[in-house]
Amino acid sequence: MKRNNLLNIIAIIVFIAILFILNMTLDAYKLRIFNLAGIYVILGLGLNLVNGFTGLFSLGHAGFMAIGAYTGALLTMSPEMKEMTFFLEPITPILANIQVPFPVALIAAGVIAGAFGALIGAPVLRLKDDYLAIATLGFSEIIRIILTNTQNITNGALGIKGIPGYTNIWWVWGIALITVIFMVLLIKSSYGKVFKAIREDEIAAEAMGVNLFKHKMMSFVIGCALAGIGGALLGSLIGAINPLLFRFLFTFNVLLIVVLGGMGSITGTVLSAVVVTVMIEYLRVLDIDMNLGFIRIPGIPGLRMVVFSLILLMVILFYQRGIMGTNEITWEKIFGLKNRISNLITRRKAS
Amino acid sequence: MTIFRTENITKKFGGLVAVSNLNINIEKGQIIGLIGPNGAGKTTAFNMITGVYKPTEGNVFFGDEKITGLKPHKITKVGIARTFQNIRLFNELSVLDNVLIANHMRLKSNVFSSVLRTPDYVKKEKVIKEKSINLLKELGLEDVKEEKSFSLPYGKQRRLEIARALATDPQLLLLDEPAAGMNPQESHELMVFIHDIRDKFDLTILLIEHHMKVIMGVCESIYVLDYGVTIAKGTPNEMQNNSKVIEAYLGVE
Ligand SMILES: Nc1ncnc2c1ncn2[C@@H]1O[C@H](COP(=O)(O)OP(=O)(O)O)[C@@H](O)[C@H]1O
Ligand SMILES: [Mg+2]
Repeated sequence: MKRNNLLNIIAIIVFIAILFILNMTLDAYKLRIFNLAGIYVILGLGLNLVNGFTGLFSLGHAGFMAIGAYTGALLTMSPEMKEMTFFLEPITPILANIQVPFPVALIAAGVIAGAFGALIGAPVLRLKDDYLAIATLGFSEIIRIILTNTQNITNGALGIKGIPGYTNIWWVWGIALITVIFMVLLIKSSYGKVFKAIREDEIAAEAMGVNLFKHKMMSFVIGCALAGIGGALLGSLIGAINPLLFRFLFTFNVLLIVVLGGMGSITGTVLSAVVVTVMIEYLRVLDIDMNLGFIRIPGIPGLRMVVFSLILLMVILFYQRGIMGTNEITWEKIFGLKNRISNLITRRKAS
Repeated sequence: MTIFRTENITKKFGGLVAVSNLNINIEKGQIIGLIGPNGAGKTTAFNMITGVYKPTEGNVFFGDEKITGLKPHKITKVGIARTFQNIRLFNELSVLDNVLIANHMRLKSNVFSSVLRTPDYVKKEKVIKEKSINLLKELGLEDVKEEKSFSLPYGKQRRLEIARALATDPQLLLLDEPAAGMNPQESHELMVFIHDIRDKFDLTILLIEHHMKVIMGVCESIYVLDYGVTIAKGTPNEMQNNSKVIEAYLGVE
């Protein structure tokens, strides 16, 4: 126990040192991809809590991300900037002059997305399986339609441009780190066990005295809040948002990361978020012309998504439950592996 | 002292009357049997008692309290625990976690103190863990406490389900065909075990069984259901010689 705490602290310090180095060595483009990966970690963990750990089939993540992104944008933009952006119809006076520091805006994004989660969760969390999936998907689309039609709050279909770019490696990966720690502690706690019990067998969980609705709601609201914070970071990273950005495709991307990493695995989601985000960027080379010196391969736009889907198919075929399943990478396993390898080596030498 | 009673509980599924006017009366400390052929309505009776189904008619009383139609988690909280005919463990979770979850409802710690691991929470967690390990020890499951519950052999899975029910600190324990799938020898051992836990944990037990022989030795009194109707009740010996009961059983066996 003590040893692990020490190792955790060392790991965190090493991680921060790595962030320092990356921040200094990576160019702006690569840094942006790395930060996007961090945002996917936050979004993925939120979705994994709901879908992977609690076993609720929710497909509404993009809607809550949108709420967070808009909240973050409207709370950080200067009044002048808002006036310029809202040229079709002026922004409502209540929001016109609000401007708060970035961390306050991030918290607000989480709180408001969480509050909407509670509002929507109250009716839909009584549903099960496919019905829950359809209902959450529907609500997510409704959020998008509302965003498109509230011109004086969201600037409608035009979206919001000129969002201050506060997002940097420290904000993104700092919050990602806090999210990971929070998730580990939550899952380890009695509440985490209850979430898993609900996933395993609702009827049995209820017979053990678990208030299903209360705990499903708790998990869902936390997941939505994380989506909101991730959304706000994303808005600030890319600088411009509009309702189209938060279509179902976005939920699908996050879901993909979670499924690939393993439903119900924190370390799986972290790994998968980084690998998938980086891979999608690197596969971009497939879309453009390739010059191998003696031969020129013409690029086929969209090829990278084909290749990516193929890789995805392979993983799902061979690892039905994602790369990690419900397992975690723990210090015990790392040391176990080390011992196994050294045993293997000594046995080789002996024979 | 009557600890539990049902008053004319009835459950209809559309046109089918699964249970009709069931009146059960249990004194504290008794082991009572509920038997009947397949489809007689035994599990449905349990489901009405534990809040899975709301009775179409009638009432359920626990002590002086009317508990008709309460949600299952509330029923557990007042002190009625159950097991399931088809084992329902938390498969992916360890044996110990299966039992720990049963303590959650009495934990009285909010999510913040649990995540932040406040001294108060850590203390409560420790108490619960000790209690759970002791329980596993008493039921002979301590050596497998870190194993995933689905990996246990069948008999131990049954025992874990009982352990988990006991972990909710019940006064009344409902067991739905705990001997299902066991041979006569195992069934007999299970009945001895049930008798033991009744004494050790100061319980009252209502036990569903499909075969009458299995519960002959342990039950003080038996209710016999057939097609939802209570066709007889009395001591095991009386039931063995009851013509209606013999007829109901001859019909299926
Ligand atoms: N949810 C349900 N919907 C419709 N019919 C049901 C339901 N549950 C049980 N039944 C029917 O009620 C009758 C009693 O079932 P059950 O209580 O499971 O019997 P037992 O446990 O005595 O074998 C059966 O005919 C069964 O098909
Ligand atoms: Mg049954």
